[in-house]
Amino acid sequence: MFDYMTLKLIWWLLIGVLLIGFAIMDGHDMGVGTLLPFVGKTDVERRVVINTIAPHWDGNQVWFITAGGAIFAAWPFVYAIAFSGLYWAMLLLLAALFFRPVGFEYRSKINSPRWRNNWDWLIFVGSSVPALLFGVAFGNLFLGVPFKIDDTMRAFFTGNFFQLLHPFALLVGVVSLTLLMLQGGSYLVHRTEGALQARVKKINQVAGAINIVCFTLAGVWLTQMNGMSVVKMADPNVSMNPLMKEVAVTSGGWLANYFAHPVLWVFPALVYVGVFLTLVLQSKRRTLTGFAVMSLAVLGMIMTAGVALFPFVLPSSENPAMSLTLWDVASSKYTLNVMLWVVIIFVPTILMYTSWAYRVMRGKVTVEYVKANDKSLY
Amino acid sequence: MIDAGLVDASRLQFAVTALFHFIFVPLTLGLSFILVAMELTYVMSGKQIYKDMTKFWGKLFGINFALGVTTGITMEFQFGTNWAYYSHYVGDIFGAPLAIEGLMAFFLESTMIGLFFFGWDRLSKGKHLLVTTLLAVASNLSAVLILIANAWMQNPVGSVFNPTTMRMELLSFSEILFNPVAQSKFVHTVSAGYVTGSVFVLAISSWYLLKGKHIDFAKRSIRIASAFGLASALSVVVLGDESGYVVGEHQQAKLAAMEGMWETEPAPASFNLIAITNEAKQQNDFVIRIPYAMGLIATRSTDTVLPGIKEIRAKNEVRVANGVQAVLALEAMKKNPNDMLAQAKLKEHQKDLGYGLLTKKYTDDLSSVTPEVIRQAAHDTVPMVAPMFWSFRIMVALGFTFIAVFAYAFWASSKNIIHEKKRFLKFALLLLPAPWIATSLGWIVAEYGRQPWTVTGILPTHLSVSSVSAGEVWASLAGFVVFYTGLFIVELYLMIKYARLGPTVLTEQVH
Repeated sequence: MFDYMTLKLIWWLLIGVLLIGFAIMDGHDMGVGTLLPFVGKTDVERRVVINTIAPHWDGNQVWFITAGGAIFAAWPFVYAIAFSGLYWAMLLLLAALFFRPVGFEYRSKINSPRWRNNWDWLIFVGSSVPALLFGVAFGNLFLGVPFKIDDTMRAFFTGNFFQLLHPFALLVGVVSLTLLMLQGGSYLVHRTEGALQARVKKINQVAGAINIVCFTLAGVWLTQMNGMSVVKMADPNVSMNPLMKEVAVTSGGWLANYFAHPVLWVFPALVYVGVFLTLVLQSKRRTLTGFAVMSLAVLGMIMTAGVALFPFVLPSSENPAMSLTLWDVASSKYTLNVMLWVVIIFVPTILMYTSWAYRVMRGKVTVEYVKANDKSLY
Repeated sequence: MIDAGLVDASRLQFAVTALFHFIFVPLTLGLSFILVAMELTYVMSGKQIYKDMTKFWGKLFGINFALGVTTGITMEFQFGTNWAYYSHYVGDIFGAPLAIEGLMAFFLESTMIGLFFFGWDRLSKGKHLLVTTLLAVASNLSAVLILIANAWMQNPVGSVFNPTTMRMELLSFSEILFNPVAQSKFVHTVSAGYVTGSVFVLAISSWYLLKGKHIDFAKRSIRIASAFGLASALSVVVLGDESGYVVGEHQQAKLAAMEGMWETEPAPASFNLIAITNEAKQQNDFVIRIPYAMGLIATRSTDTVLPGIKEIRAKNEVRVANGVQAVLALEAMKKNPNDMLAQAKLKEHQKDLGYGLLTKKYTDDLSSVTPEVIRQAAHDTVPMVAPMFWSFRIMVALGFTFIAVFAYAFWASSKNIIHEKKRFLKFALLLLPAPWIATSLGWIVAEYGRQPWTVTGILPTHLSVSSVSAGEVWASLAGFVVFYTGLFIVELYLMIKYARLGPTVLTEQVH
């Protein structure tokens, strides 16, 4: 139906869709988990916070698992090189993620302040560390990951974990952390009320301000930073590998796509408008719209990064010509086709039953509700 | 050459994390259907006790599920972190079922579990039952897809090597889905899960009866668990996945190793009930055998000959030698893609390419491979016999024990005398760890038995690792052990606490 090149392009978009789905859905859980110890002053308030996401966090986490699986299936090169090249960062991410499922499930199983308080902080770690690390990882895409590939397509790495903590990458980490905090915050505003809700609103304003400042700074930084462009490559309509192209490195190169196609500025604009509107809407009690608008800002953020890197998906600082682009990392045409149909069928199905689950569990979570359902709630 | 220490550390880490993950998976698979049975009984009879049963066993289900999810995250990403070359080499095929598992099954399972716990007062009886059913079906669907992926590693069908991308690529998705090994594996693995769930309910309920508390609750729980367990235990043994081992050539090596069958015997081969195996001399020093049994069980026929280990190794020497030619042709094509001679040579020996790669464990320069290296590589194609032989036998013995135990529990339960059978109840309680021992041994047979391959005949294990150092993997393995031990202690603490308190946890605070 589609030729190979079009399929590769579609899959770039689909991986984007899955990452956006992850950032919107699991992102708001991570935001809520990050806010948990700060907005909940008492045990019952913290239970209110947790129970806004209790029925959904598990399903939402699958966006993360699925994005990983889809990258494995559609971009095996990326899956292999990114995860082994960033070995300690990935393991740190996994270790942090361990705390969430057990934290949510075990926290309220025992009525002891110490037990519960410990879990709250572990949930905080399990939520905030991944939120930060995703940004650090994205930041490192712009800086390039130090890897090279031999002619059997085996990858080798020259960097270490601490080189990942480049100031630019940390800055993007703060962008990502505050973005997800705001995503979680706008959700909490919708699902809670009273003093708790007021506390969340305040934090949202601070997170929003930091997010916009750091996002702007990162953009300015990019104008001074080296970026890559493909000068020449083999025919993307047939099988190719990452050693079949030439790459040029230019200062400010990551912004080239924006200057070539000014319409793309709509994505960074969406971040500014989305964050601003979310903060306006929360004070006007349009909380559901606020969450929706914030989700658009999240979409804008991921597209902003994706478009800047396009067609690169994993640049190599060691040897730019060996960088991975969406043209040379893709699976075979047949696999991309099969997986495209799988996505076309199942993603809408997932959205359908997920929204049903949210509808069943709709409404404010209140202190009274938690007290009345003490034994059955988280 | 790739550091052998790195390969060992990576394998050990995978084994530890996978076996740990599989502590929680079988209980999820089995208990979910037991919950469906309990809730169905509640919906049909309207009796509150069955709702309480669903909720109480559901609590234990949740405590277990959380660690299943946690340890599953590791599994999804470990292929990339520690088996990068594997991921590159076969991701085109192997990644698909994994991604589909997420989209088709795990999403549904994880969404429904939220509604299962928190939807009791918000859903009608029928709808809640539907949620529980979807939860059970989806968790089993997860297993199907993971086992399809695993079956492809055992018996790689529907795929071809592409020299440009240097990897295996998918040719037929339906062959992957309907891989005969996947079917037998699926039935065997989920049945083992059902047995695990049933033993879990039976053992804890037995404890209540021994203590004389929650009598009615426990008796009804046993009734459901023993019926389900009996059917499952029969299925797990009778439909054991041994039938899958005759498919594909290397599966035969696995079969020969787990049976300690050094020589090829005239069909139908006899079954070595007990043997003292001697790896160095390639023989059994002592053996008790049952004539014909093995040929009948494994091939379901009287005239199919099963090759012995010595014959398999001898045949594979030829394949390794041919495979070396294929690797050399491939290397020539890397230097000059238009080398027609090399292209023809690769085409001729392509099916043995993986066997040629086996020699890379011993030498980097394949142009001067010695006959000794070829012999050694061919020798490697059959795993060590003793671990396979004994793992398999202990697993099977446990399988038969489960049948007997459930048959007795089912009978005593329907006669309503189970609460009087104190000795049996004690035995049932002691049996609690047994299904976990059996499932772990089952995975050791399946995965250790596949060595020296990650993908049988295609990609050797030692080439599959990431370019990280052995030290890094030992460090991460230590990290996993520490983390997992800590989490497991917490899980067991909660599980034992809740199991001890019994259904009172539904109405009283737990301190």
